[in-house]
Amino acid sequence: MSGRVVFPNKLLPYLLLAPQLAITAVFFYWPASQALKQSMQREDPFGLRTTFVGFANFRRVLADPNYLNSVQVTAVFSLATAFLALALALPLAVMAEKVVRGKGLYRTLLIWPYAVAPAIAGMLWLFLFNPAMGTFSYLLRANGVAWDPLLKDGQAMGLVVAAAAWKQISYNFLFFVAGLQAIPRSLIEAAAIDGASGPKRFRTIVFPLLAPTTFFLLVVNTVYAFFDTFGVIHAVTQGGPGKATETLVYKVYNDGFVNLQLGSSAAQSVILMGVVILLTAIQFRYVERRVHYG
Amino acid sequence: MKFRGIPAVISAVAALSAASPAFAVTEISWWHAMAGANNDVVETLAREFNASQSEYRVLPSYKGTYPETLNAGIAAFRAKQPPHVMQVFDVGTGVMMGATGAVKPVAEVLTLGGETFDKSKYLSGITAYYSTPEGVMLSFPYNSSSPILYYNKDHFAKAGLDPEQPPQTWPEVFEAARQIKASGAANCGLTSTWLTWIGLENFSAWNNLQYGTEENGLASTDFQLTFNSPLHVQHFQNLADLAKEEVFRYGGRTSEAKALLISGECSILTESSGGLGDVVNSGMNYGLGSLPYYPEAEGAPQNTIPGGASLWVFAGHSDAEYKGVAEFFKFLSSVEIQSRLHQVSGYLPVTLEAYEATRASGFYEKNPGRETPILQMMGKAPTPNSKGVRAVNLPQLRDIQNEEFERMLAGQQTAQQALDNAATRGNAALQEALGK
Repeated sequence: MSGRVVFPNKLLPYLLLAPQLAITAVFFYWPASQALKQSMQREDPFGLRTTFVGFANFRRVLADPNYLNSVQVTAVFSLATAFLALALALPLAVMAEKVVRGKGLYRTLLIWPYAVAPAIAGMLWLFLFNPAMGTFSYLLRANGVAWDPLLKDGQAMGLVVAAAAWKQISYNFLFFVAGLQAIPRSLIEAAAIDGASGPKRFRTIVFPLLAPTTFFLLVVNTVYAFFDTFGVIHAVTQGGPGKATETLVYKVYNDGFVNLQLGSSAAQSVILMGVVILLTAIQFRYVERRVHYG
Repeated sequence: MKFRGIPAVISAVAALSAASPAFAVTEISWWHAMAGANNDVVETLAREFNASQSEYRVLPSYKGTYPETLNAGIAAFRAKQPPHVMQVFDVGTGVMMGATGAVKPVAEVLTLGGETFDKSKYLSGITAYYSTPEGVMLSFPYNSSSPILYYNKDHFAKAGLDPEQPPQTWPEVFEAARQIKASGAANCGLTSTWLTWIGLENFSAWNNLQYGTEENGLASTDFQLTFNSPLHVQHFQNLADLAKEEVFRYGGRTSEAKALLISGECSILTESSGGLGDVVNSGMNYGLGSLPYYPEAEGAPQNTIPGGASLWVFAGHSDAEYKGVAEFFKFLSSVEIQSRLHQVSGYLPVTLEAYEATRASGFYEKNPGRETPILQMMGKAPTPNSKGVRAVNLPQLRDIQNEEFERMLAGQQTAQQALDNAATRGNAALQEALGK
């Protein structure tokens, strides 16, 4: 059967596309073009005086040691978040598969955190671990742990990674469960008959066959850590201590909306736009093809 | 039944339409950043003003923290829908002053409303801060505060300190804080909100030290930061050492540390006098003292500089609306309102009359410590070091300072390095902001 659908009316397909195109134009193309324009300008916050400066904002951003620091922070944060979220979701998915009674309940509970908005997730973790009022902070301190994410870089990074990863575990869990169900039972049963133990079956059959799902999730998680974790960082550390948790997205916000340097902030967001386009291209070119949705 | 209702509806509609000219109220939008106890004060003020007359209606709306409110106002101005009145925090003053054409000076608004603006009626330290170098008042001081010392009297008693004698100087504060920690009266002896505003800007003014050249930026926007003098370094090194001994606890960049005093974690806190409302509401046994100083600083204690926020009026509205704004400001500066604001919130009264009235009422005798923020600000005629601090990018300068302080308190650098870095980076950022 041919996948092509032929519309009898030439106008109809365009009409059907129109609402989506209009939304894309208003919420993507228009702001993106504004950002491009702004990135070539220097302007006071109120927009009263504007000068065209060409690529000066880009040169300044790329030569700024703080920007390079932010690139590094983003790399560490994204990889740690993606790794943690994947490493915790996989065993949960494997175990949830083995549950006989109440499978639905376990799954629902594990998917739940995905419905929590990033800012709320950040606040939840902050309430638990804030050194001034957090319940766990008191417990940690009482047990001799010098817990102070307001000043200790590593602890602050650990806290935002934990909050960001916690939220993403549900999403990964869902995909891993679907991936596990797509693995033919006959393969696993055959291995079992040949005497392969549980861990061995997982290592030699399940994990390799899950690879496409894992790779897909790796890309999705990295993109999530890059762009969707602003709320977590804003709620928990606001980029501090120092600039230890200032990711690229947070720096765009901080430079634009706190320091009111609109040109530099716009240049940074244009660079980020380039990164998203690249990541999306990679995903479409290499990943989409190899993933088999169960 | 059905038909009987109709004439009633018709007559109601007729009555409404006949009465509508009287209902044509001019709405005045007021964007603010007051949360908690201070938000209730804003709501009450608007309600009282609206009830006091029928021509104008003030509509307050909370827009988040101070920086968020400023950004909301800027975004609204760029979208050509600015509010009438916006509350802008002290550090945003430089930003707003740079926006000629976007704001309407308050002196002009008051004149439009048939008021003559008489500067001598206001507290000079406050009006000077919100005026141009030529003396035109640009914004209306709404909540001015000055940093003071708060302490937990129960902890003092437990640690064997006199609960009625707050420490006066920084060395005394450090000693008391160590004693509190050592005696186990509290987990932490000392903390502070706003290390930038209290620890640097007010520290400089109060100890008569230079924060920057050109009268700390008041005489010219193009100036150099000089807050890395030996005494500045000594103070911050003291804090860094206490942090290492876990006697000083860092609470965060803005007013988070207030929670450490209220929860009983820490015993001594330097914080804005405007934070008093929450301390009172907490029901803790608190005491108040003056901001500490260094006895070796020449001329110390000098005077503190105002913090808090003022109300700015956006350009581009009609004269009728500006008249409403003027009416509202007139209402706000009335003796009765100012006295009450001062007495319930801990913010300073804006007019001298309100201050006199509060003093005459015996309020300060009944509430010791409550006159402190005013005396701190008015006690001495300001020197070039203590008139205020102004920079077109003060929020950014504070951001840089916070980053360096955090690295210092984490033990990654000394106070000398932190202040040197903050000055060097701050100077570069200032030059960039000036477009050089």
